[in-house]
Amino acid sequence: MKFLKYDTVIIGGGPAGIAAAIKATELGLKPILVENRDLLGGIPLQCIHPGFGLHYFREDLTGTQFITRLLDKLESLKVEYLLRAHVHSIEYIDYDKKLVNVITPQGVMRIYAKTIIYATGARERHIFEIGVVGDRPDGIYTAGEAQTLMDIYGVLPGKEIVIIGSGDVGLIMARRFALEGAKVKAVVEILPYPGGLMRNILQCLVDFNIPLLLQHTVVRIVGRKRVEKVVVAKVDENLRPIDGTEFEIPCDTVVVSAGLRPNIDLLEKLGVVVDPSTGGPVVNEYLETSIPGVFVAGNALVINDLVDYAVEQGEIAAEGAKVFVDNGGMPTKNWKYVKKGRNIRLVVPQMIGGERDVVIYARVAQPERNVFVEIPELNFRMFHFGVRPAEMIRFKIGRNILNKINENADKITIQVKPR
Amino acid sequence: MNKIVEMVCIRCPASCTLRVTIKDNSIESVEGALCPRGIEFAKSEISNPVRYVMSVVKVRGGDMPTVSVITRDPVPKDCIWQVMKMLARIEVEAPVEVGDVIIRNVCGTDIIATRRVKKV
Repeated sequence: MKFLKYDTVIIGGGPAGIAAAIKATELGLKPILVENRDLLGGIPLQCIHPGFGLHYFREDLTGTQFITRLLDKLESLKVEYLLRAHVHSIEYIDYDKKLVNVITPQGVMRIYAKTIIYATGARERHIFEIGVVGDRPDGIYTAGEAQTLMDIYGVLPGKEIVIIGSGDVGLIMARRFALEGAKVKAVVEILPYPGGLMRNILQCLVDFNIPLLLQHTVVRIVGRKRVEKVVVAKVDENLRPIDGTEFEIPCDTVVVSAGLRPNIDLLEKLGVVVDPSTGGPVVNEYLETSIPGVFVAGNALVINDLVDYAVEQGEIAAEGAKVFVDNGGMPTKNWKYVKKGRNIRLVVPQMIGGERDVVIYARVAQPERNVFVEIPELNFRMFHFGVRPAEMIRFKIGRNILNKINENADKITIQVKPR
Repeated sequence: MNKIVEMVCIRCPASCTLRVTIKDNSIESVEGALCPRGIEFAKSEISNPVRYVMSVVKVRGGDMPTVSVITRDPVPKDCIWQVMKMLARIEVEAPVEVGDVIIRNVCGTDIIATRRVKKV
């Protein structure tokens, strides 16, 4: 058994973790990055489509190009990392001492650190979570699995595809299937609006004449050895299938694209407070969880639309770790609670101290046009032509604006109001 | 006569909703774009819509079985299948570096590698 000591242990070698490791090193901390796969990079390694890095690098890159740039930077800073390293558990010893138990091919390592940055990404929702019943034959994949098969291994999982759910990964894969010569019979979405970004509806479905069936659901998968068909029905306003509207779509493959959930198992065991609306931990503007010195970034914090945001969160968490290490804890005494106002489904961070510029990430509950996103307590508002649940709203509030808030106020409210 | 077309810009995930006013077959105004790319997009979408094309190509002797590729510039929509057919036929040898040209001069652009594959 090996005992190690660092300023911060970063768990997860995807974009948020790599960005946190780079930033922590630049700020003079001594970090170690722990990754359970046999290479660093995470999910962008299989994202071969463009649309990455427009904010962060001000260039339109593919996921693979984006992550290569970050990896090169990490390499040039000689950041320490462990591969094929599985974090078994995290122990809170005291305010500025945590223990991360890691199982590696070199043996068990016990890593002591003042802070932890948890950047383990998300998992895909699977078929059992969305209530699809019927047979369980070959040919059922999540969108991410299909992406790994096609874009890492070069294997086409099927010829006639039905995609359940219209999340972004599913839409991206619909285009990849179409480009590689498979027929995408339909994308089936239970809600009245698509789950993915509008740009993906256009360039992935409309461009390839792939039908999008809104307010429909797959009620049953049928197949003996391999998927043979799905039974689809219309749903009512309570999302329940309407009797008599069933029809069949013959296909050999079902791809489930039902969204992502933050991967926070170890944090839950540690007892962090979880926000049911994000599925991730409750955090302050340093992205520190309810457990002092434990930070979270990327899709483990909140499901992001853009890798740029995951990277930004990694950097904010590293800045938080720096403040924590330098001060032996967070100096803030007075946290204000961020309230979800009209048409806001989720917001991060959930607590604000107001001592630094704050980046707010929010999602709306319902699509709406010509609106202001506002914080009445700060007389702050921003116009949007259209807001959609699939598109995260991100904005920064300067410290100078946050200063305007009444000292006695215990909350600020984020809300959407029609113009 | 003025015609108003609504579209969503696909140049970046911000997905600006654009309101394009067309007068006598030319664009009079584009509203709703957060950046100049939105205005460019509206113009291109109305005259000659273009798209990036991406795929993977088999690699021999690498630490990964495929290398991801993309057209250096977006190509006219009619060219998409021509690009895909060419890509289906080829294989490359490791190592491959990001930016390496995989096929030169297709539909007025090159096809470049977007993933590093080390030789093993």
